[in-house]
Amino acid sequence: MNAGTAPMEYGSKNKIHPKKFALWVACAGITMMFASLTSSYLVRRAAGNWLEFPLPVVFWYSTVVIVASSVALHFAYTSFKNGREQAYRWLLSAAFVLGFAFLALQYQGWVALKEMGVAINTNPSGSFVYVISGIHAAHILGGIGALLVALLHAWSLPYKVTQQRKLRFEMTLTYWHFVDFLWVYLFFFFISQS
Amino acid sequence: MATSTVSNSSMHEEDVLIQELGYDDHFHDHHHGDKFKSNFITTYIFSMDHKMIAKQFLITGMFWAVVGSLMSLVFRLQLGFPEESLLWLKPLLGKWIVVNNGVGSLAPEFYYALVTMHGTILVFFVLTAGLSGTFSNLLIPLQIGARDMASPFLNMLSYWFFFTAGVVMFLSLFLSTGPFSGGWTAYPPLSILPQASTGSGAGMTLWALSLVLFVVSVLLGGVNYITTVLNMRTKGMSLWRMPLTIWAFFITAIIGLLSFPVLVSAFLLVIFDRTFGTSFFLSEIYIGGQALEHVGGSPILFQHLFWFLGHPEVYIIILPAMGLVSEVLSVHSRKPIFGYKAMVFSIIAIAFLSFIVWAHHMFMSGVNPFISNFFVVFTLIIAVPSAVKVFNWISTLYKGNVRFNAASLFAIGFVSMFISGGLTGIFLGNSAIDIQLHDTYFVVAHFHIVMGVAAFFGMFAGIYHWFPKMYSRFMNETMGRIHFWGTMVGAYAIFWPMHYTGMAGVPRRYYAFDTFETFRHFTELNQFITIAAIITFLFQVVFIINFFYSIWKGKKMTTKNPWGASTLEWTTPIHPGHGNWEGNIPAVQRWPYDYGKNGREFIPQIEPLAEGEKDGGH
Repeated sequence: MNAGTAPMEYGSKNKIHPKKFALWVACAGITMMFASLTSSYLVRRAAGNWLEFPLPVVFWYSTVVIVASSVALHFAYTSFKNGREQAYRWLLSAAFVLGFAFLALQYQGWVALKEMGVAINTNPSGSFVYVISGIHAAHILGGIGALLVALLHAWSLPYKVTQQRKLRFEMTLTYWHFVDFLWVYLFFFFISQS
Repeated sequence: MATSTVSNSSMHEEDVLIQELGYDDHFHDHHHGDKFKSNFITTYIFSMDHKMIAKQFLITGMFWAVVGSLMSLVFRLQLGFPEESLLWLKPLLGKWIVVNNGVGSLAPEFYYALVTMHGTILVFFVLTAGLSGTFSNLLIPLQIGARDMASPFLNMLSYWFFFTAGVVMFLSLFLSTGPFSGGWTAYPPLSILPQASTGSGAGMTLWALSLVLFVVSVLLGGVNYITTVLNMRTKGMSLWRMPLTIWAFFITAIIGLLSFPVLVSAFLLVIFDRTFGTSFFLSEIYIGGQALEHVGGSPILFQHLFWFLGHPEVYIIILPAMGLVSEVLSVHSRKPIFGYKAMVFSIIAIAFLSFIVWAHHMFMSGVNPFISNFFVVFTLIIAVPSAVKVFNWISTLYKGNVRFNAASLFAIGFVSMFISGGLTGIFLGNSAIDIQLHDTYFVVAHFHIVMGVAAFFGMFAGIYHWFPKMYSRFMNETMGRIHFWGTMVGAYAIFWPMHYTGMAGVPRRYYAFDTFETFRHFTELNQFITIAAIITFLFQVVFIINFFYSIWKGKKMTTKNPWGASTLEWTTPIHPGHGNWEGNIPAVQRWPYDYGKNGREFIPQIEPLAEGEKDGGH
């Protein structure tokens, strides 16, 4: 461990690990970005010349899949903590596969939009859906990267609950829940607007 | 130094205090050599030590400051002396000097490119990265008693993202079509349609790429600063015992974290409009008689997104300067800062207000006048916390035993600049007066004084004051004072006259005024401004020479605490190594501004309260 990363030892002042805290702070930044995108959506919509269209049904499926992925990862984490080695490995794998499936379904959603006649440059109402879900997908990709590392650890390292691995898992879990909830928010935002 | 004897006698005592009252974090039990100081590359280039990263930010910022101000001199020459030949600049600027009848003048499109680059470079690279990047990195760990940042690795990445952003921007200067020329605000359609101007093509692509890299740097730094301040403070360092510098950097980082992502959204939408044919910001436009396919976008929406960052950005620039000035003024007037808590609350109030005033940059862009009222009111309310701060700085100086050295002079100069520039802000914050003043030189004068020159003054105060902590040597004091007086007089000479031209309606950003009969009598004033700018630049050369000379040849630091300051950074060794303190980390016992208390010149933060003594700041 180097200087900065070790939590200070005095008292119970540091209830949260600095790196975990940093992740929360970063999530606040990402939240601001999506808040600004969805408020741009509202402002632009109020200006008129706005094409109305129903959100393709495949986005409902992707929402179910990403929530399922979050649940799977959560139980993978509790299994990891409580020594259920096999459950931990398989649930983690399931979360990873579901995360990937989410991306595939989002892509299907874009294809469905295009087939409906709503291309990326048809009208800002459609452009916003492409761009916002696309930027969200980029953030999912980051989470999938973290899950991939967790997966490699789970299948290649001997099972052992260390502080270091627990911290890593918790941070992956926090970020994954964050981007999942972010999508749920965006999904209901789009639904409520169309 | 008058105080060196004082610090000498107390020095020994301080080491004992750290040893006895500090705590052992087992830092020195481990071997850090490999990771931090093993070779030239890890020490000077890919360093993870916050002190080295601070110096990297500073020197990179200085490089950009020179580039950015030289650009302003070139366009000032064109503005002040449109009849004179700029042929002598042809070896440097090549085709951008247009020769007509043997008289060389700046190509108008390159004039716009220079103005754009000057703004972008100064606002982002110099006054954001160079100022807050330098001092947040240097002072946060040192003043809160931490070994380093929460994540030294992300800290290193933050610098290298900044560096890369700079490389991309620098490359764009050499494009055959020139760098981006649509203004630092990058309003559409100039920033979206490649055919809109010469710089709107490849120049804008590189500009946007550079700024996205830059925002990544700011966010990585900001996440680190916030986390470090909240999680890494030493024992006893409660929030109310933090120096005002740390409060300023902390709040600045929060503002940056909440506003820069919005800028990224805006840029992403611009990029989509440019490359995928979307119409977020483009309304129906004809170019060369040809109707574009874009329909229904709103350029005003971009302005909202841009200024939602843009206004907080000016506080991202000025708050760190305010923090540095508070600390320098208190130390050099040998008095506690006046109204410590009021200072903190006004930083927080300014930060909060900065998010609800952005549309005062858009009064003339067709926003609803009733909405303007809202923004006028909150803009004017910012005067309240600002005035509280000014009052407190002056009260800190009042009856102080002020040492007039380069650091404190620049801090006092900051207060002067902030008052002058702040007052004109009250004019501009009124949407009615804006009808006359918007987009004139009055605006140029206002923001240059209040956030340009003032922020530079804060930065200079910080550099002269903390140079010994960075390089274990002093900067030359005489040259420092020459630098101060030259800059103080020079800056007012440049920007004061612009108020008059602005009130008369002279528009900013114009390449020439010869077609306006009414502005003809400002010709001499324009020449005066240009000459003042050149002379003021020469005084900055004095600073740069002083800076680099002093790194190697400056007067050596012989005591740990040459200024007799009470904060923690002056309890580290003269040459602090990685981890900052040898042995234990000091524990904090009192607030940071115990100057002139109980008949003593200063009491360091690590000294326990005497029996019955009340801690300050409450």
